[in-house]
Amino acid sequence: MRIKSNLENYFFIMPAVVIFTVFYIIPFLWVAHLSLCDWDGILPTKTFVGLQNFKEIIIQDPSWWQSMWNAGYITLIALTLQNALAFLLALACDREIKMKNFYRVIFFIPPVLSEIVVGMVWRFIINDVDGANMINRGLTAMGFGQFAQSWLNNPKTALTTVALVHSWKGFGWGFLIFLAGLQTIPKELYEAARVDGASAWDYFKRVAIPLMVPVIVLVAILTVLGTMQAFALILGLVGGEFAGHTSVPVLRILAVMRDSSRFGYACAQGIGFGAILVAISFIQYRLSKRYRNA
Amino acid sequence: MKSAIYYRTKKVTLNLLIHLFLLSIAVTCLYPLLWMVASSLKTQEAIFSDLSLIPRQIHFENYYQAVSQSDFGRYFLNSVFYTTSVVFGIVIIASLAAYAFSRLKFPGRNIIFTIFIAAMMIPIPGSFVALFVLLNKLHLRNTPLGYILCMISVGLSMSIFLLKTFFDTMPRELEDAARIDGCSKLGIWRHVALPFAKPAIAVVVVFNALNVWNEYVLALIIFDSKNLMPLQRALMMFRGEFLTNYPLLMAGLTITALPIIIVYLFMQKYIVKGVTSGAIFG
Amino acid sequence: MTDRQDAFQTLAQKYEAETGIQVNFELYAPSEQYSQKVRAAAQGQNLPDIFGILSEKKDFSSFIKSGHIADLTPELEKNNCAWKETFFPNALRVNEFKSDDAYGVKPGIYGIPIDVMTIEMLYNKNLLEKAGLDPEKPPATWAEFIAVGKKLKELGIQGLVSGWGEIWMIDCFASNYAFNIMGKDKMLSTIRGEVAYTDPDWIKVLSLFEQMRDAGIPAVGLLTMINKTAEQVFANEKAAFAFNGSWCVNVYEGMNPNLDYAAILPPAASDQYPMMVWGGAGSSFVINDRSGEKEIAIEFLKWFTARDQQIFLANKTKNLPANKDALEGIPTILAQFADDMEYATHPSIWGVSEFPVVTEALDKGIQSIILGEKTPLQVASEVQKIKERELARKK
Repeated sequence: MRIKSNLENYFFIMPAVVIFTVFYIIPFLWVAHLSLCDWDGILPTKTFVGLQNFKEIIIQDPSWWQSMWNAGYITLIALTLQNALAFLLALACDREIKMKNFYRVIFFIPPVLSEIVVGMVWRFIINDVDGANMINRGLTAMGFGQFAQSWLNNPKTALTTVALVHSWKGFGWGFLIFLAGLQTIPKELYEAARVDGASAWDYFKRVAIPLMVPVIVLVAILTVLGTMQAFALILGLVGGEFAGHTSVPVLRILAVMRDSSRFGYACAQGIGFGAILVAISFIQYRLSKRYRNA
Repeated sequence: MKSAIYYRTKKVTLNLLIHLFLLSIAVTCLYPLLWMVASSLKTQEAIFSDLSLIPRQIHFENYYQAVSQSDFGRYFLNSVFYTTSVVFGIVIIASLAAYAFSRLKFPGRNIIFTIFIAAMMIPIPGSFVALFVLLNKLHLRNTPLGYILCMISVGLSMSIFLLKTFFDTMPRELEDAARIDGCSKLGIWRHVALPFAKPAIAVVVVFNALNVWNEYVLALIIFDSKNLMPLQRALMMFRGEFLTNYPLLMAGLTITALPIIIVYLFMQKYIVKGVTSGAIFG
Repeated sequence: MTDRQDAFQTLAQKYEAETGIQVNFELYAPSEQYSQKVRAAAQGQNLPDIFGILSEKKDFSSFIKSGHIADLTPELEKNNCAWKETFFPNALRVNEFKSDDAYGVKPGIYGIPIDVMTIEMLYNKNLLEKAGLDPEKPPATWAEFIAVGKKLKELGIQGLVSGWGEIWMIDCFASNYAFNIMGKDKMLSTIRGEVAYTDPDWIKVLSLFEQMRDAGIPAVGLLTMINKTAEQVFANEKAAFAFNGSWCVNVYEGMNPNLDYAAILPPAASDQYPMMVWGGAGSSFVINDRSGEKEIAIEFLKWFTARDQQIFLANKTKNLPANKDALEGIPTILAQFADDMEYATHPSIWGVSEFPVVTEALDKGIQSIILGEKTPLQVASEVQKIKERELARKK
C-alpha cells in the first residue's frame, strides 16, 4: 500500500524530473567537467588541470571579485529601494479602487521591455552628448542645478545610476508577487480586526505583515538571484565594464569566454558564481525560517 | 473624540497623497515606452535631432515596413506557438511537481526539491553549446520540440518554487474535504490545488511567457531554418553589424512588447480575484 | 552582417541565374552571438559549406587544427596565382599563416576576403572651421592635435569620440601609436616577451592618453559608449574627431547625408617610424573542410570575388572591395581610406598574439588613465606583472 502510494506520488514529479535531468543536469555535468579543464572551446583536445581554475579565481583574479562586489551593491539597492517601492505600491493598489487596473498595467511595462532596450532608452534620457540630458535639465529647472553631472560617465556615480535603472526595471515583478500575496489575505481578517477596535496600522503590523513574510522572503530570494545575474542592462547603459566600475560577474564570464577563449576557466567562474548564489539563498532561507518560528 | 470632519479630511488627504505617489511612478514607467513609440514614428535622422515625444512628422509606414521587410508574420506566429506551448507545458508539469513537493510524501522529496531550487541559482555560461550538442545527439536540434523542451527546462525551477510556496499556504481542510468526498490525488490537484493557486499560476504564466517571448540566443543557436525562428530574430534584421535602422527597430520593439502586455492584462484579473471564497485560517 | 542581406541576396540570385546553383545566405547579428553559433556548430560537426570567421587568429588556428577549415592555397596559386593576384595583398595576409608564426598551423591561406577596411581618424570639416582652422589642413602631428583639442574645448565642442566602451578599439588606437613611437620590431618583441611594458617607449604611448585627457579631448561619455553611439554623436556633428573604420561611410550616410568630413591617419606622435593603422580584410569567408560540396563552394567564392561582383558589393554596401580592380565608382571618402592602405597592418598578420589577459589589462589601464585614476607608470607596471605571470605559466 505504501509502495503503491509512493509510486503514485513519483508520477507527479516524473515529467519535471525527466526534462530537468536531460536539459539541465547533463549540460551542468558537462560544464562542471570543463571547469576542471583548460580548453579553448574549439580544439578537440582538452587538458585536465584539476582545481587550478578555481584557485586562480580565488587568488589571482581581482577583476572577478570587483565584479562580485559591484553586483552585490546593485543587489543591495534592489533589495532595499526596489522592493520597498514594490511593496508600497502593492499596498496602495490593493486598497485603491479607482484606476487600480491602470496602475497594475503601467507598473508592469518596465519588466516587459527587453533589457537592451531599457538600457538604450535610459542612456538616451540620462546622457548629455549622445542623449537628451533630461535628468540634469529637470534638476536645473527645479533649482538643483548644482547637482547636475554626467551620471553615467562619472566613475563615482555610474554604478549607482545603473542600480537605480535596474530597480526601475525590476520593481514590477516584486509588485506583482506582493500583490498576489496580499490578495490571499481574506478581507474578513481586516473586518474582524476593525470590529475588535484595532487601527489600520495595528492590523498591518500584527496581521498583514506576518502573513506576508513567506512572500517577502520569496521576493528577497528572487531579487538576489535575478539581480546578481543582470548584465544586458549594463551593456545598454554603459557599453561594458567601464574600466571595471560597472563590471558584473556575467559580463566577466562572457569576456573570458569571448576574448581569451578560456572556456574551461569561464565554466569555473560560472560554477563558482553559482555556488556563491546558492550559499546566499540558503542563508536567506534559513534566516527567514528562524524569523518565522520566533 | 475626533470629529467626523477630521476623519474625512484625513482620508481625502491620504488618498490624494497615495494617488500622487502612484502617478509619479507611473509617469517614469510610461516615459521610456512613449519615447520608444515616438521614435518608431520618426525617420532615422529625426530620432537624433527631434527630441520631443511627439514627432513633427509621423511616419506610420515604419510599422508597415517593419512587418513586411522581415517576414514578420511567420516569426510572430512562431513566437506565439513556442510561448503558448512552453507556458502550457510548464503550468502542468510544474504544478504537478509543486503539489507533490508540498503535499505528498515520498522518499527523497526534500533532496529532489533542493536540487531543483539549487538549479535556479546556478547559471551555466556554456549551456548554449552544451544544449546544442545534446539536442544534436537526440536529433532534436533545429526542431520546435527541442527548443520547447529546453525552454520548459529553463523555467521549471522558478515555477516549481513559486507554486510550491503558494501550495504550502493552502489550508488542509480544503484537501481533507475533497478526500472525504472520494477525490483521488490527481483529482485534488485538479479540483482543489489548481484553483486555489490561481494567482501564483498567473504569475508563472506571465513570467514564463515573458521569458520565452524575449528569448533570442538559444533560438539563434539551435535553429538553422529561418522559418522556425522566433520574433526576436526579426528584430535582429534591423540591427546589422555596422548600421542600426532605429525607427524600424523601435517599431518592431513596440509590436513585440504589445502581446506580452495583453497576456498580462488577461492574467492580472486572476491575480485580482485570488482566493476569497471562505478560506479558513487555522 | 545583417545589413548586407539585400546585396548578398541579389548576388545569390544572379549566380543561380548563371549557373543554376542555389546559394543560401544566412546572416546573423550581433557578432558575439554569431561567434557562439559558429562554435556550437563546430562542436556538433554542423558547419555550413562556407562560413565567416570573426574571431582572433588564435581561434582561427584552433578551428583549422580541428579540421574545420580547408586550406585554399592550392586553389589560389593555380594558374600562376591567378586568383591570388586579384586581391589586395594585405587582405589575404590576414587569412594567412606563415611558417614562423606562433600558431603551429601548416602554412597557407585559409580564408578569402570579401571586403577590406581600415580604421582611421575622421574629422568634421565644419567644426574644425568653427575652431578657426583650415578644414583642408587637419592636424598632422600629435602636438597640433593637442592644440586643436584645447581650442575645441574652449569653444565647448567635444573632441574625440570612439567606441572606447569596447576594449578592442582602445587597443587599436594604442597599437597604432606604439608602431609610430617604437617601430614594428620593438612592438612585436614586446608581445614575444622580450621587451617589458615598463620600457620608456611604452610609457610614452601611455602618456599620450594622459595628454589627451589634460587637453580635454575625450568627449563626455567616451569610455561608456559603444561604437554605434560614437557614430551617432559624430554624425550629429557633436564631436570634431572620430576614430572609426571605413564601414562608417555607410553608417554616416544613413544618419546624416550632409556630413562634411574626411579621413586621415591619426596625427603622428613621432617621426622616427611611420604611423600605422589597422587594416586588411574586413570580412572573410572560409570553406568547411568537411563539406561535401567543396569544389562548388570554391567556384562560387571565385565568382563572388570577381571584379563585377565586387564592384556591385562595394557600391551597395559602401565598403572597400577586396578585389583591387574593383575600386571604380566608390565614394571619395572611401577612396581616402583606400589611399592609406599602404600604412595598414593588423594583429592577424603579426605572427604572434598577446595574451588576452594582458591586452585586457592594458586597455582597461588606459581607460583608468583617461579617467585620471591611474598614471601611465602604474598601468605599465601592472600590465608587466600580469605579462610575466602569463609567461611563467606558459612554461
